Amino acid sequence: MPRSLSKDAITTILVTAILIWVMPLLTSTYTLTVLIVYGMLGLSLGLIWGFGGILCFGQAAFFGLGAYTYAIAAINIGESTVPMVLAVLVPAVFAALLGAMMFYGRLNDVYLGVITLVVTLILFKFINSTAGPQYMIGNARLGGFNGIPGFQTLNIPGHPDDYIWGDSYFYVCAVLLGVVFFLVSALLRSSFGRIAVGIRENETRMSLMGYDVRARKTVLFAAGAAIAGLAGALFANWAEIVTPSLFSLGQSAEIIIWCIVGGLGTRLGPILGAAGLAYLKFLLGQQTLIDNTLITGLILVLFVLFLPKGIVPALASLWKVSFGRRPKERIHLQRRMKSRGRING
Amino acid sequence: MAEIILETQGLTMRFGGVVASDNVDFKLREKELRCLIGPNGAGKSTFFKCVTGLQTPTEGEIYMQGVETTRWMPHQIASLGVGIKTQTPNVMDSLSVFENIWLAARRFHAPQQANRKTQEIIERLALGSIARDDLGQLAHGERQRVELGLVAVGDPWLVLLDEPAAGMSAEDVERMTEIIHELNKTAAIIIVEHDMQFIRSIAEMVTVFHQGKVLMEDHVDRVMSDPTVRNVYLGKKN
Repeated sequence: MPRSLSKDAITTILVTAILIWVMPLLTSTYTLTVLIVYGMLGLSLGLIWGFGGILCFGQAAFFGLGAYTYAIAAINIGESTVPMVLAVLVPAVFAALLGAMMFYGRLNDVYLGVITLVVTLILFKFINSTAGPQYMIGNARLGGFNGIPGFQTLNIPGHPDDYIWGDSYFYVCAVLLGVVFFLVSALLRSSFGRIAVGIRENETRMSLMGYDVRARKTVLFAAGAAIAGLAGALFANWAEIVTPSLFSLGQSAEIIIWCIVGGLGTRLGPILGAAGLAYLKFLLGQQTLIDNTLITGLILVLFVLFLPKGIVPALASLWKVSFGRRPKERIHLQRRMKSRGRING
Repeated sequence: MAEIILETQGLTMRFGGVVASDNVDFKLREKELRCLIGPNGAGKSTFFKCVTGLQTPTEGEIYMQGVETTRWMPHQIASLGVGIKTQTPNVMDSLSVFENIWLAARRFHAPQQANRKTQEIIERLALGSIARDDLGQLAHGERQRVELGLVAVGDPWLVLLDEPAAGMSAEDVERMTEIIHELNKTAAIIIVEHDMQFIRSIAEMVTVFHQGKVLMEDHVDRVMSDPTVRNVYLGKKN
């Protein structure tokens, strides 16, 4: 087990390093940063949905919660280290409570979808209605639909005046995505991850084998929210403003589409799906001929119809068909020929 | 006399006006093999579901090794060392045979030990050639066998099987019988079954359910020749 884990680590480091080197040659690091942030957000849902079977319609809630937690904490503290940690913890704790309520209440998938959706809506409506001056948390005004601008952005830990921005911020985000990706890989290789996949496959069976499905789903749900929260904080630092649109239903729907297009049940799929579709949206945003939500919808429909498993699984099976099987078959064939020859001879 | 490891007292389950299980008193001793038979709707499966925690009985108590488990969840009951196999194959279809059994083993053992236990079971059940295949692609009989493997790998002291022989070929049933006898060396077993052929080949003590109640409890030969049982269960042909 540790050997395969160190293999994972080496692969992740290599791929991350190459991408950090190559990608800035293709487009600006400013655009790339937000693609990475969306990739991380995609991965957060890819983890709980693709491997835990929990379809959460409100992943945007944790994303927004992370962003707002960061902004509010940064205004109050004036240094970015603690706010970054809080931006991971607050959504995780919130998700743990929400998840415990849903999973211990034995709600089925449909109600789970409805509740997560409604929670997102409530947060959206609530934050939207906090424009008045009475809505303060410490020194931070929530600002309603105007959002919160002008908070302390990421700085070198302990040096509030040394901001990390521009290219260096891109490197920080890319490395963080690499780290999160590795942690997710490690989680999935661990017993906890394998049991989570078992629960995705058959909850009843797993509970008949003695696993407390409710507790395990709650923990996984919280882990997904923690990643989404981190992505939210990184987004806040990139945009330098947080607005209620982070909690919007459109955002939640988009995360789900990223996962479907990229490929569920893979780690890479949701990241690629997120980055790819977000980049497409960015390109489409530069023209006015056609509305980009139409294109996103069309892509979703086409994928569901023709490539329901998503890009990454499709590529993986294509790889298997063209490179994976053949040598093995050839060896088989050779062996068979040899043994036949032996019999004949 | 061996110790009583499972006991129900006045177990009753009502669904609205229907009494599916009516005041059932049931006792099972250590390493006993017991078959539950009865016509459709006799309350066998309801009894099974109440004991395994899949349903909560309306009234009555359940004791396992002296501990009351009446309102326990299935995972708590399984954690006691009770192996459960439901009526329909209940397995993780897109995972390999190895992974399925490993997950069951991991509940009671550390990862390395779970690997070893899994190998052991795979050899014992002759699943070696299909160990890396996804369970969803396998034949019904093989899937049933894997599910028995899931149960066996936890070293249970009580095994509950709901219709293990359903839909299986004669050869598969024979193999299943062997496995059950093997399990019976260390565990008490309750089998809910329809297949009379299978019952005759395996049973010693049989409990007959009828309209939610226990109609009779005796050795298989006496049960089979009992006129009341023949009336309710086998149809009236004397």
